Amino acid sequence: MVTTLPSRRDEAWRYSDIDAVAAAWPLPAPESIIVPAGGKFARALVQDAGEIRQIELVLGKGAAAALHVLNIGGAYGRIELAVTLHEGADFHLGAAQIGGGEQNLEIITTVTHAEPAATSRQVVRSVLGGTATGTYLGKVAVARDAQQTDSAQDVKAMLLNRSATANAKPELEIYADDVKCAHGCAIGELDEQALYYLQSRGIPPGEAKKLMLQAFVAGVFDGAEDAEKLQALALAKLGELV
Amino acid sequence: MLTIENLHATVADKPILKGLSLRINAGEIHAIMGPNGAGKSTLSYVLGGRPGYEVTDGSATFDGADLLDMEPHERAAAGLFLGFQYPVEIPGVSNVQFLREALNAQRRARGEEPLSGGEFLKVAREKAALLKMDMDMLKRPVNVGFSGGEKKRNEMVQMGIIDPKLAILDETDSGLDIDALRTVGDGINSIMRRPDKAVLLITHYQRLLDYVQPDFVHVLAAGRIVKSGGPELARELEAHGYAEIAA
Repeated sequence: MVTTLPSRRDEAWRYSDIDAVAAAWPLPAPESIIVPAGGKFARALVQDAGEIRQIELVLGKGAAAALHVLNIGGAYGRIELAVTLHEGADFHLGAAQIGGGEQNLEIITTVTHAEPAATSRQVVRSVLGGTATGTYLGKVAVARDAQQTDSAQDVKAMLLNRSATANAKPELEIYADDVKCAHGCAIGELDEQALYYLQSRGIPPGEAKKLMLQAFVAGVFDGAEDAEKLQALALAKLGELV
Repeated sequence: MLTIENLHATVADKPILKGLSLRINAGEIHAIMGPNGAGKSTLSYVLGGRPGYEVTDGSATFDGADLLDMEPHERAAAGLFLGFQYPVEIPGVSNVQFLREALNAQRRARGEEPLSGGEFLKVAREKAALLKMDMDMLKRPVNVGFSGGEKKRNEMVQMGIIDPKLAILDETDSGLDIDALRTVGDGINSIMRRPDKAVLLITHYQRLLDYVQPDFVHVLAAGRIVKSGGPELARELEAHGYAEIAA
């Protein structure tokens, strides 16, 4: 846990709005969630007010947790997850961050595979317009004896304006030698040809963009209990951006 | 229905259309043929309002309105349909969702009631059957993983569902095998051969015209229509090539 006000020199806060961090300082203690061996946990988190949320999640042997995150609100919104996986635990993160104007949104994760045979999946989609900044810093740390670790990070960002910024840094720190750690990252713009194709069939430009962005974000909330509500909130936010 | 006069257009500042004039009345099927690089696809994109295709002179009037002044989606709502030579793949968006949104956006723009999900599916099923396309393909993402022929067939299903007044079909026959060509030809006839509709077929070859009989055939060369005639002109072209006719 950070006790002194971070600066941009700290990698985890490099892209942050430090003034906003200072205003929120000191942060309350992180929320701590411990899922006992064999337990199941699911949570949907909507950050729509501009805050810093820190969660420490520990999964016991064979436990499973699914987090679904929608990061959309406020000038500065940060969601920070520190996840520790014990033997055979399974962690899933499906996250979307959607920002416009001058918003600065961040999802920072550290997933530690402390013991063998745990799995982790992270799917993060960012949609950014205006001069907004969206950041994903995701570290997967595999301890020396955490063999048969299976982890994946799938990170994509869509920029609606050339003035928007996406940062993505999937990071691996692996001490074991029998692991599978996939990571992929892509930042792009909406396909002009596809947009024109949709418009040529009568769909107005804003709706066409919305349809494509909806498809881009779709999937991250799969499996969430209130997937429909999250989709609807995401769609409403997308509607504000196009 | 469509009157094009002295149309000049550039792509990336390069003049492609150089004074093209064409008049299409309701109930007519026109075919435009011509060698590669003549400006056939440019004509379809200019009429469809694709970004990057700039009109530098001339006019195009569709049902009395200035077509070139409309946004692409407004042209669609006015009754123009553009069949793409290379239909675009759109991952994540299902055909059904795409077409329902498209049809209802057009209906709203025309002041008509949107169709309900059930009403829409009924129309979609009917048109898919007409083009011998499996309903399952309509549920898949738009054109993703479709073969060249399936994409073209999908264009025709879209045309059937949207039910336009004027269809501009850019090389809809390319990439089709013989059976698919017949199906697509039959589809065009049954959807578009009506007294209140018109078609502009853009093609390299005579073969589509065996199934869809044009009333008029035009030869486009170097950005202008250099020759017009009846269906016999297409056969002449097939026999003698463009070089001789267009010269």
